[in-house]
Amino acid sequence: MSTNDIIESAVGTTERSGTSPAYAHPAQRAPGAGLAGRPSPGRQAWVILTERYLRQLYRVPVVIFISLTQPIIWLLLFGALFKRVAEIPGFGAGNYITYLTPGVVIMTAIFSASWTGMAYIEDMQTGVMDRFLTAPVGRGALTAAMLGYQGLTTVVQSAIIIAIGWGIGATFPGGAAGIAALIGVSVLIAIAMAGLSNWFALLTRQREALIGASTTLVLPLTFLSGAFLSLRLVPGWIADVARYNPVNWAASAARQAVEAHPAWATVGSYSGFLALAVAVTAVAATRAFRSYQGSL
Amino acid sequence: MTSGSNAVVEAHDLRKTYKPDVRALDGLSFSVTAGSVFALLGPNGAGKTTTVRILTTLSRPDEGSARVAGIDVLSQPGLVRSAMGSVSQHTGAIGQLTGRENLTMQGKLYGMRGAGLRRRVSDLLEQFGLAEAAQRQARTYSGGMRRRLDIATGLVHQPVVLFLDEPTTGLDPEGRADLWAVLTGLAKTGTTILVTTHYLEEADQYATRIAIVDQGRIVAEGTADDLKGGLRGDSVLLELADSRSAEQVESAVAGIPQVRLVTADGNVVRARVPDGPRTLPAVLAAVDKAGVPVLSVSVSRPSLDDVYLHHAGHSFGQAERITAA
Repeated sequence: MSTNDIIESAVGTTERSGTSPAYAHPAQRAPGAGLAGRPSPGRQAWVILTERYLRQLYRVPVVIFISLTQPIIWLLLFGALFKRVAEIPGFGAGNYITYLTPGVVIMTAIFSASWTGMAYIEDMQTGVMDRFLTAPVGRGALTAAMLGYQGLTTVVQSAIIIAIGWGIGATFPGGAAGIAALIGVSVLIAIAMAGLSNWFALLTRQREALIGASTTLVLPLTFLSGAFLSLRLVPGWIADVARYNPVNWAASAARQAVEAHPAWATVGSYSGFLALAVAVTAVAATRAFRSYQGSL
Repeated sequence: MTSGSNAVVEAHDLRKTYKPDVRALDGLSFSVTAGSVFALLGPNGAGKTTTVRILTTLSRPDEGSARVAGIDVLSQPGLVRSAMGSVSQHTGAIGQLTGRENLTMQGKLYGMRGAGLRRRVSDLLEQFGLAEAAQRQARTYSGGMRRRLDIATGLVHQPVVLFLDEPTTGLDPEGRADLWAVLTGLAKTGTTILVTTHYLEEADQYATRIAIVDQGRIVAEGTADDLKGGLRGDSVLLELADSRSAEQVESAVAGIPQVRLVTADGNVVRARVPDGPRTLPAVLAAVDKAGVPVLSVSVSRPSLDDVYLHHAGHSFGQAERITAA
């Protein structure tokens, strides 16, 4: 290829030749003049960016494999370890796998979501983040894309875990509606956690910091909830803490949703709190771009 | 729009201090006319990257103003983003996506769609020599291919001005020459190019205009010939066998009345004189008297090195080492 060829088509010579000004204010360019004639800051930018994350995931299938191995191990390990817990009077469920499966769905959702900030850190280090921030893409769209991606992957992940749980003996008396609500709750807690992870990634901009925070936060949040054990059987202070723990809201709503006759009001109010958590972390994550740009 | 000039990029009195107390920009001003290849030349740490970040809306100055394509960078960053293209120091390409996917995604972010976008992407791939690699993931590309993909990415939406921060870093000499050929060609067809570099030779050879940046200010600006022509006289370069004797030679040469400025950088001592050939015997006599072995002596018209030295008060090599330390 010759250099001249490169330039000829790289610039699209027609609109730049002759008497036309060397440049024009975007707003002054005739509609359709040149491919960038519409300076519409891509309305569906977040859809385009969500697609990007999905493509990347598809290209690295080992990530999918690993993210599914973990919940299977939890189900089999905890299922065997605590099998007889369900026999304790007052536990409130006849079959521990039935009790455990919604808990593992929620736990896996927050585990996966707590790592989403990694993608931001990688983008910062490779220059991809700067490319997006210099394109006409709103900061909100960047957050929405990440949350959209996390929501979609959580739907698939939760569905697979539910199927595996069913395969090893869990029952879902609430039927399809209950299962749908369980998946919905897992999506809410996942994107709330993803927002938190993105916020933290933009503030610290360090892989190690995110790994530390994620491993420190996720397990205690899970165990300070009714994910594995009925709160009726845990020390009083844990039950007290759990009332303010979003992971417990999610676990409680998830378990309630799959019962034969769910208390939908309870599921609804927990979901409302979770939605509020989503809003708070999403706004925080979007505002954190200022902190990142301030560091440049 | 602007003050009637055809400036595509204007920076006015930009100031920025990083915590704690690192002055990156200290009243930096310049303007770039349409269709030029404008080089911000300076050692690492001079403030070039900070300047480009401000112009591309990534960062904000503490004081000062800037316009890109006639649009105020601070008050209308969204419009600026649509009008300009930016190629950062890092690649910016997504490794797991193919070359074509990277370009297509970029186009979509700028609101391009359908057949027009497909054609534009195919043309760019073809012309940047990436057509065969179009379906390969970008992480498999060589350094030169990635850089070409980066530049193609910055051009998808046909920006009026393209900013490139140190685009030749990490490329082999051939890759650099290719890249500069692309940039000069783009400028000929009307795209204004603003490029930062710390390679004196590159700026000298390829840029239509050069602004020398030192410690957050523009210390000189013009074509390479203007800048060199602005220095009267010649340079006498002494290459010593042993860099330890450089200081001794420096003071010996400084004692000659005609010599205006002497600097030592490693084993090279450089003296600015009004008339090289006429002063040479005196210089040689001084060195001979000092009893220092010399590998080579040359007289030359001023180089950009001399220009930098003249305006910044220290040599380019020294500045690079100071900031690297």
